Amino acid sequence: MSPPATAADGLALHHVGVRFGGLVALDDVSLRVPPGRVVGVIGPNGAGKTTLFNVACGFVRPTEGSLTLDGRPFRPRPHALTRLGIARTLQGVGLFAGLTVLENVVAGASHTARAGFAAALFGLPRSDNDERRLRAAALDLLAELGIGKYADAVPATLPYPVRKRVALARALIARPRLLLLDEPAGGLGADDVAELADLVRALPGRDDGCAVLLVEHHMDLVMSVCHDLVVLDFGKVIAAGPPERIRDDPRVTEAYLGADVPAEGSAS
Amino acid sequence: MTSTPTEIAPAAPSPLRRLLPGAPAGREARGSTLLRHLAVAVFVGTLVVLVTNQLAPYQNLQVARVCAFLCVTAGHTVLVGLNGQLSLGHGALMATGAYTMALTQQALDERAVRGWWTLPASLLAAVAVTALGGLVVGLAAARLRGPYLAGVTLAVATLVPAVTTIFTGVFNGEQGLPFPAQTPPAALGAYFQPERWLAWIALAAALLTMLLLANLVRSRFGRSLRAVRDDEVAARLAGIPVARTQVLAFVVSAACAGLGGGVYAMLTATVAPGKFPLDLSLFLLMAIVIGGLGSLAGAVWGAVLLVALQDLPGLLTEHLSLSAGLAQRLEGNLALAVFGLVLIVVMLAAPGGIAGGVRAVRARLLAALRRRRATRSPDR
Repeated sequence: MSPPATAADGLALHHVGVRFGGLVALDDVSLRVPPGRVVGVIGPNGAGKTTLFNVACGFVRPTEGSLTLDGRPFRPRPHALTRLGIARTLQGVGLFAGLTVLENVVAGASHTARAGFAAALFGLPRSDNDERRLRAAALDLLAELGIGKYADAVPATLPYPVRKRVALARALIARPRLLLLDEPAGGLGADDVAELADLVRALPGRDDGCAVLLVEHHMDLVMSVCHDLVVLDFGKVIAAGPPERIRDDPRVTEAYLGADVPAEGSAS
Repeated sequence: MTSTPTEIAPAAPSPLRRLLPGAPAGREARGSTLLRHLAVAVFVGTLVVLVTNQLAPYQNLQVARVCAFLCVTAGHTVLVGLNGQLSLGHGALMATGAYTMALTQQALDERAVRGWWTLPASLLAAVAVTALGGLVVGLAAARLRGPYLAGVTLAVATLVPAVTTIFTGVFNGEQGLPFPAQTPPAALGAYFQPERWLAWIALAAALLTMLLLANLVRSRFGRSLRAVRDDEVAARLAGIPVARTQVLAFVVSAACAGLGGGVYAMLTATVAPGKFPLDLSLFLLMAIVIGGLGSLAGAVWGAVLLVALQDLPGLLTEHLSLSAGLAQRLEGNLALAVFGLVLIVVMLAAPGGIAGGVRAVRARLLAALRRRRATRSPDR
């Protein structure tokens, strides 16, 4: 029933189901994140959004259904994702508390290091070159995101929005072609959300074109940046399509909000 | 903030968290890491060699013991401090290295194999066998966290000395294994102090360990170790294989402990299970915490402390002319008591340990210096 897969398919979930004992976390969920698109996943708390992300990252194996990446069967493993061009930010911040901002960002590109263990142990130039290259790339990225002056700071000393941005930088340094953003606006103020929206909108134009899968509660952000939306409720997809159609869908209104679609969502 | 239920168990923050140093200041790496660290190693090595030339035999033996312990504490602090895996079993890993050293030396001696290379070969065997032991423990450890890991390593700490008393045919039980002592090469002259030679060998081992570990800590592996310690989920998503990194840390740490154990055995040319009691494992952990967890400089402080406290009861009885009974009781318990007290003080007053305190003082001095320079030349 799926159209023939091509190399430009991006990530796709096919009829994915996840059960935790008797609890159905996801039920027959299919979605597609084509290259260069921003796809948003919304739904009430406990609808299965995070489970969906965990399936895409390999933290949770689906009990039913399958995943494909560019049309090929895909069994994600968390530590191998960056090598496939997939990066994910975590709910909250998820930075390494004992590493500087710069080191945090560099850590996101661990897979690009060429020097092996022996080179590192003997401090060979190969290892030094890796470090220099990664540090330079990380500094560029931090400057681009407007947080270059925090490079040597420790995360705990920084304001929350800056930390969120560092987490984003750590994902972006892997030059992903698919970025999974787990509540990127959580805990941010209005100004920061507006800047985030600009940033997310610009992502498909970055590097070689970066697709985005976004889980978010902040309605304004979701409606303004997403090309496509998927609405989950009790683990099922109850609606999918472009934001303007979702906004007017009565099923979504009912499931997601009980009554009104809010004119403006606020970060919860 | 809403929190949807996640299936990933959040990594429990390590109980050692409070003791850990913050991230190292943003020192930009210039030039070659190897050359930089090699220069420091050569400088320190030369200095210590010059000092040993002035020391009496017993003091040289103390220097040698510090060096042997340094191999162990340096590897231990990388595992516990940088990778967040608590090991109470490093005394046993030391014993593994020591026994491998003894068995290899005995075997070579029985076959009348002589030559300068027998020592490095035996030490290499000690490193290899202990690293293998570390691999086994590390594979188990990668599945365990916090108190469970501590429990397993504690079991290792008690198990290894027990093994030596069970298989008496190989390990000769409580008697232990004697093996030929190292003698200074003839080139150094007939009257060269043997203890000085031992100190030099131990120094070489310690410098090599420190050099390699310093390189490793500065590399991406060092960063991965700390990333895994801080947040396993985030580390995996950053492309760092968590389990492999943890096993690697254990293997590296064990290899260092094996070398330290081998050198330690060499100093007395004998091994016995009594030299590697459970106390030793606890002392090692306390030493790296007091020295400054996760810091190689702290490992040096820890090694010095270990030797100082081993010798403290002897010094006290010698100078205070205590009764024989009291002296004997002190012999067993004084080191433990002092260590425990110092540990409590350090945890309360200076969680960064001695190395952390030194760092803080240096930072304050540098800041003061910079302020003074700034006020002197305001236009710069």
